[in-house]
Amino acid sequence: MKIEGRIWVLGDDIDTDIIIPTEYLALKSIEDMKKFAFSPLRPELAGSIRPGDIIVAGKNFGCGSSREQAPEIIKSLQVSCVIAKSFARIFYRNAINNGLLLIENAQLPDVATEGENITVSIGEFAEYQGVRYELSPLPRNLMEIIEAGGLVAAMRKRNGLE
Amino acid sequence: MGYTSIEKIINNNLKTDLVRANDIVTVNVDRVMIHDIFIPFVADKFEEMGFTKIWDPDKVVLIYDHLVPTSRVEDVRHFQIGDTFAAKYGIKNVHRSDGICHQLMTEAGYVKPGDIVFGTDSHTTTYGSVGAFSSGVGYTEMAAILGTGQLWVKVPETIKVIIDGKLPENVMSKDIILRLIGDLGTDGANYKALEFTGSTVANMSTASCMTIANMAVEAGAKAAIFTPDEKTAFYCSVSLNDVPEISGDEDADYIEEIHYWAEDLVPVMACPSSVDKIKPVTELLGTPIDQVFIGSCTNGRLEDLEIAARILADKKVADYVKLIVTPASREVYKQAAKNGIIEALTKAGAIITHPGCGLCCGRSGGILSEGERVVATNNRNFLGRMGPPSVEIYLSSPAVAASTALAGHIALPEL
Repeated sequence: MKIEGRIWVLGDDIDTDIIIPTEYLALKSIEDMKKFAFSPLRPELAGSIRPGDIIVAGKNFGCGSSREQAPEIIKSLQVSCVIAKSFARIFYRNAINNGLLLIENAQLPDVATEGENITVSIGEFAEYQGVRYELSPLPRNLMEIIEAGGLVAAMRKRNGLE
Repeated sequence: MGYTSIEKIINNNLKTDLVRANDIVTVNVDRVMIHDIFIPFVADKFEEMGFTKIWDPDKVVLIYDHLVPTSRVEDVRHFQIGDTFAAKYGIKNVHRSDGICHQLMTEAGYVKPGDIVFGTDSHTTTYGSVGAFSSGVGYTEMAAILGTGQLWVKVPETIKVIIDGKLPENVMSKDIILRLIGDLGTDGANYKALEFTGSTVANMSTASCMTIANMAVEAGAKAAIFTPDEKTAFYCSVSLNDVPEISGDEDADYIEEIHYWAEDLVPVMACPSSVDKIKPVTELLGTPIDQVFIGSCTNGRLEDLEIAARILADKKVADYVKLIVTPASREVYKQAAKNGIIEALTKAGAIITHPGCGLCCGRSGGILSEGERVVATNNRNFLGRMGPPSVEIYLSSPAVAASTALAGHIALPEL
C-alpha cells in the first residue's frame, strides 16, 4: 500500500509535553486539544497541518509522559504516518493501538526538507527526491492491531461487537 | 545459561523456564494503577471495547494525585468520572487525596516483590525498587487489561548497572541516576530493563532505590529492577520466605554492564531542557534562581524532606527565593510533622503544600513565569513543563535543592 504526503520536519527527543502540554489534558476531547499540538515548540504547526501530511523526526520521538493523547491527536490531525530515527516505547505502543502508522528509518530524517513530498510503500521503502530508503516491516502482532483499526476495534471484535 | 531478573519474574508469572529476552509473551497482570488525569479516557475506552466487567476489581488501584487539590474548573470532572466508574465496576481501592500514585502503590502495600504491574503513567517503573516488573502503558491498553487481565510484552534485554563503595556525604541516589542518564542519553536504555546491583545498592534504603527506579524511564527504559532483600520484605510487609528468588544470575545474558565507584560520584544537575544534559554542580555554582521545588514521586519522601530540614535548620531561605515543599504522601506528611521536619522547614521560610504531583506536572503549586529559573527534585525538565517555554528547570537531589534555596543561587551541599 502506498501513501504520499507533504512533510513537516522536527528534531530529536520530541517529548509528549511538547506534543500536548499538560495544561490541555483536562479539556473534554481530542477535538478540543488538537489545536494546541506542538505549541511549546511550534505554535503555528497544528493549524498548518493538512490531511495526508507526514511528520519526519529525529531520534526518540514521543519520549516522556505516557499521555496517549499525543498519538491520538497526531492521528486526528490526519497525519498519515510519522517517520523517525527511533520512537520512545510507550508512544510506540499507543500509536499502534490508535492505528497511527510509525516508520523507523535512520537516514531519511537527516536529509528531509520541510515542505517537500515523500512517497511510502508500507513495509518496503520510502522514496524522497528520487532516492529509495529501505524500510523493515512491523512485527506481525503489531500489524494485526493496525489492520484491525486499532486496539479498541480489536477488543470489540473479541467481545462480539463487530 | 542463567536468567536476568526480568526473565525470572516473567518465567515465574507464566510458570515456565523457557522465556528469554526478545520473546513476545502475554503476561498475567498482578496489579494496575490508574490516576485521575487519565481515568476519563480509560473509562471511555473500556466501555467502547464492550467489556461489562473488570477481570479482578481488587487488582485495580485508582489514585487521584495530579489534580489534587484542583486548580481549574474542569478538574472535578475527572473525580466524578472516576468515582462513577469505581462504583459501577466494584473498584474499592480508591485514594482521593492520599498522595502521589507512585508513592502510594508501594507505601500502601499494593506491590509485592515479583509482581507484574502496569500503570497509566510513565514513572510506573518506580515499583522496580521493590523487585516488581512494572511499566507505563496508555489508557487504551489499560482498558484492555481491565477487561482481560493480560498484556502482551516483548521481554526486554537487560543492562546491568553495578555501583560499589560508599557514597560521599553530599551525594544522594538522585545523583546516581542523573549521572547514569547523562552517560546513557535519553534513549540509551530504550526498550531495555536496567538491573541495579552492587554494594552501594545493597546498602541503599528502599526510598533511595525508588528515586533511581522512578527515573529509569528518562533513559528510555521499559523497567528498572532491584533485587528484593530483607529491607524490601520489611517495607512490603511480607515475610522473607515469601520473597521470590529473582536476583540476576552471574551467567545471564546482559547486553551491557556499566560499573561505577560510589566514591567517584559527585552532586550533579540536569540542565534545561533535557534530562541527559548533566553537569556537576561545581560547574553551575552561583547561577541565580527564583524558585526551588522539593517534592514529587522522585524525591518527596521522608529521607528527602529530612535532609532538606537538616540543611535549613535554624537558617532562612534566601530573600526573593520561593521554596516549595510537597511531601509525596499524607503518610510522609504525618511522619514529617511528627519528627519536627515540617516545623524546621516552615521556620526556614518554606511553603509547604498538600501531598500530590503539584508543580512537577505544571498544574498547581507554584507555576513559574517568563524567564524564571527553578531547581527541582522531580524527574523532568522539558520545555513548558512548569510554565512558559522560557522557564529554565534544573533537576537535582533534595540536598542540592535545599542548599540552593539557602544560598539564593545554585550551591553545593555541605554535609
